[in-house]
Amino acid sequence: MKTEHEKEQATLELNGQEHITGSDALLQCLIEEGVDTIFGYPGGAIMPVYDKLMDYEDKLHHILTRHEQGAAHAAQAYAMVTGKPGICFATSGPGATNLVTGIANAFLDSVPVVFITAQVVSGLIGTDAFQETDIIGVSMPVTKWNCQVKKPQDIPETIAKAFYIAKSGRPGPVLIDITKDAQLEKLYFKYKKCNYIRSYNPHIPLHTKAIESAAIMINHAERPLILAGHGVLIAGAEDELKTFAEKTGIPVASTLLGLSGFPSNHRLFTGMLGMHGNYGPNLLTNEADLIIAIGMRFDDRVTGNLKKYAKKATIIHIEIDEAEINKNVIVDVEINNDAKEVLKYLITLVKENSFEKWIREFRICDKTEYEKVIKPETKPEKGELRMGEVVSRISELTKGEAIIVTDVGQNQMYAARYYKFSHPNSLVTSGGMGTMGFGLPAGIGAKIGRPDKPVVTFVGDGGFQMTIQELGTILQYNVPVKIIVLNNNYLGMVRQWQDMFFDKRYASTKLVNPDFVMIANAYNIPAKKVLKREDLKSSLEEMLASKGPYLLDIAIEKEGNVFPMVEPGSSVSEVRLTY
Amino acid sequence: MKQEYTISLFTEDHIGILGQITIILTRRQINIDSITASESAVKGVQLLTIVVKTTNEMVQKVARQMEKLVDVMKVFVHTSDQIIYQEIALFKVTTKGLMSGNVIDHIVRAHHARILEVSPEYIVLEKTGHKTEITELLTQLEPYGVLQFVRSGRVAITKQVKELNSYLKEMDEANRFKTEPTLN
Repeated sequence: MKTEHEKEQATLELNGQEHITGSDALLQCLIEEGVDTIFGYPGGAIMPVYDKLMDYEDKLHHILTRHEQGAAHAAQAYAMVTGKPGICFATSGPGATNLVTGIANAFLDSVPVVFITAQVVSGLIGTDAFQETDIIGVSMPVTKWNCQVKKPQDIPETIAKAFYIAKSGRPGPVLIDITKDAQLEKLYFKYKKCNYIRSYNPHIPLHTKAIESAAIMINHAERPLILAGHGVLIAGAEDELKTFAEKTGIPVASTLLGLSGFPSNHRLFTGMLGMHGNYGPNLLTNEADLIIAIGMRFDDRVTGNLKKYAKKATIIHIEIDEAEINKNVIVDVEINNDAKEVLKYLITLVKENSFEKWIREFRICDKTEYEKVIKPETKPEKGELRMGEVVSRISELTKGEAIIVTDVGQNQMYAARYYKFSHPNSLVTSGGMGTMGFGLPAGIGAKIGRPDKPVVTFVGDGGFQMTIQELGTILQYNVPVKIIVLNNNYLGMVRQWQDMFFDKRYASTKLVNPDFVMIANAYNIPAKKVLKREDLKSSLEEMLASKGPYLLDIAIEKEGNVFPMVEPGSSVSEVRLTY
Repeated sequence: MKQEYTISLFTEDHIGILGQITIILTRRQINIDSITASESAVKGVQLLTIVVKTTNEMVQKVARQMEKLVDVMKVFVHTSDQIIYQEIALFKVTTKGLMSGNVIDHIVRAHHARILEVSPEYIVLEKTGHKTEITELLTQLEPYGVLQFVRSGRVAITKQVKELNSYLKEMDEANRFKTEPTLN
C-alpha cells in the first residue's frame, strides 16, 4: 500500500514538478522562508548540503565560523536583532553536540533558531557508526521541537513545520536532523508554508474577562509597578507598553532581557530588576500593591527569595506560555495571551492616572544609588579604570544608537546597568543560560544581521578566551564589530562571590592572559591597549570611528565588585548597595 | 500533601513523545507509578495514562509543561475519585498447590478472578480491579506458590462527559482566528 507521501510524490511527478535532491530541496525551503544568511560548519555527513550551497551563493550567504558553538550563538544574535529566525548548520556527531550549548542558550531565552544537523546514512543509525550521535535524544530537553528526517520527500513539510514552531507562540530553537541518504536522494519538490499543527495552538483567543478584571485592579491601585520582560520585545509590544505606561502613569522596571523594550531615559523608567538590578525597582517591588508582569517568567535572579517576594502586591501575569504562569510566583490574575494583544485591549480599559508620590520614592532610591554606586562607577577621578565608566562613555558616544552585545559575568551586568537603550532589540545577551563565550560570536551575528548599526561587544578576559577563535570569522568576512575586552585578569563575577561568600579564597579565578592586542593583530584586526583614564575617551572615539573591526583591551581595576546586589537567598528588599 | 494523580495525555502518534514526557517528570524528581500507552478512540491519537504520586501544585506544573510540548494535544489531571479506573493482573500458580481442597474455587469466586488456562503444572488466573484488590489476591495466592505475576498500568475513564473530540474542535476553532506569528 502506498503511503500519503508516496501518493503525493506520484501526483507531483505527474504535475511535472522539479525532481531534485534532498539537499537542493532543503536550500529551496530556506529561500522560500526568506532566509538569506546561514551560520555553520561543514563535515562529512552534511557535505551534500554544502556542495549544493555553492549553487545558491547569490541567495544564501553562508558564514563559516570557527566552531559550531560560535555558529549557534551567532545565529541566535542574528535572530534577536533582525526578528527573523536564525539558521545554523552542523554535521553529525561532534558537529551536532558542539551546538548543544548554543541550542540551550536559545531555548532559555526564547529565541527562534532553526538548527539543521546532518546524520549518518539511515541504514547505519543505531550502530554507533562513525560520527553518529543521537542528537534527537541529546537535544530533546533543550529544543522546542526536534525531528529526524530519513526520506527526502519529508524534507519540505518538516522544514515548514520547523519554521512555524520556532517563530510562533513563545519562540524557541528547533532542530532537524537529516540523514545523508535523504540529502542525496531525489524528490519531486513543492513547498507550502505551515500555519497549522493539530496538536499545537499558539494563537490563544484573548482572555477578555481576565483583562477586564486586571483593568479594574489597575484603576484602583495606589502603588502599581510594571515588570517588563523579553516577551514585550518578542511580541513587538514596545509601543503598546509605552502607551499603556504613559496613560496610566505606572512606573516600569525591566528584566535583563526586557531591556531596550522601554526607553532607558523615559521618565517612567525605574531601571533593571534582579540580582544586580537597580536599587529602586528591587527595594520597591516589596512596597508595590499591584504588579503587572508582562512577558517575563519570575526567574530566581529577578525574584530573590520567593518567600519574601512582593508580599504586599496583587499580581497580574501577562504571559504567552501557560507553563510559566504560577510556576515560581502564584499570581492573582492570569492572562495567558500575547503581550501586544493584551496591552492593546488593556489600554482601552484603563483610566488616565499619575502616581507622582509613588514615583518620587523611586527617584529617592535613584539618588541614593547614584551617590553610593553609580557616581563612583561612572565618574571616578582616581584609581584604576572601572567597567562602569567604560560602558557609560560608550553610551554617551553612541547616544544609545548602538547594538550592545555582552558576554557573561561582570562585563554583562555593567553593560546592562550603564548603557542607555533607546531602540528595541538593542541588547543581545545570554540571560537564562549565562553562557560565557557568547559575546564574541553573538557580536558577529548581530553585526551581520544589522550592518546599518554600530555593534559594540563587551567581553571579559575569561569569556573572550572561550570563543576567541571566532576572531577568524571576523577576519574572513571582515565583520566590522567593535570588541571591548574589560580585562581585570580575573573571572570577575566568580571572584566577586569568592570575595563575598568564600572568605576571599580566590580558587582558580586568576587568569594569566596572552597579549590580546597581538592576538587581534595576528587576525589583522586593529587593536589597542588602554591603561589610563586620560586615554579612554579618545581610544573609544578612535574605535567607533574606525571602518572595520576593532579591539580595545582595557585594563580594569582588578578586584571591582558589581553593586547593588541581591545576595542569593535574600529578599529583593534586602538589596545591598555596598560591600 | 502528596497524593495519587492520574495524568491522561492525548498525543500525536510520533516517535519520541514518551521520552519528551518522561524528561519532564525526571526533572521534577517524580517517580512513575504506572504507565500505559495505546491508540485512543480517535484514529492517530495516542492516549497515555500515567499514575504519579506528588502534590497538587507540582502535578499542575508538570501537566502544563507536558501540554506545552508541540506533539501533545491535551492533558488532563485527575485524582482517583474523579475517574473510573482498572488494572489487570495475571497470576501463574502451581496446580498442585491450588488443587488441594476447594481453595481455587473459593479464591476465584471471592475475587472475581478468571481462569485462563489450566495445565498439569500451572494455572493462569486473571484479575481486573484496583491495585489494592490485585495485591490482596496476590497475598492470598502466595502460600500456594506463585510462579509468575504481572500487573498492567492503569487505564482510566473520566466521570465528566466532555470528550477529546470537543477539545479538538475547540482547538480548530481557535486556530481560525489565528494571525501571522509576529516577532519584534
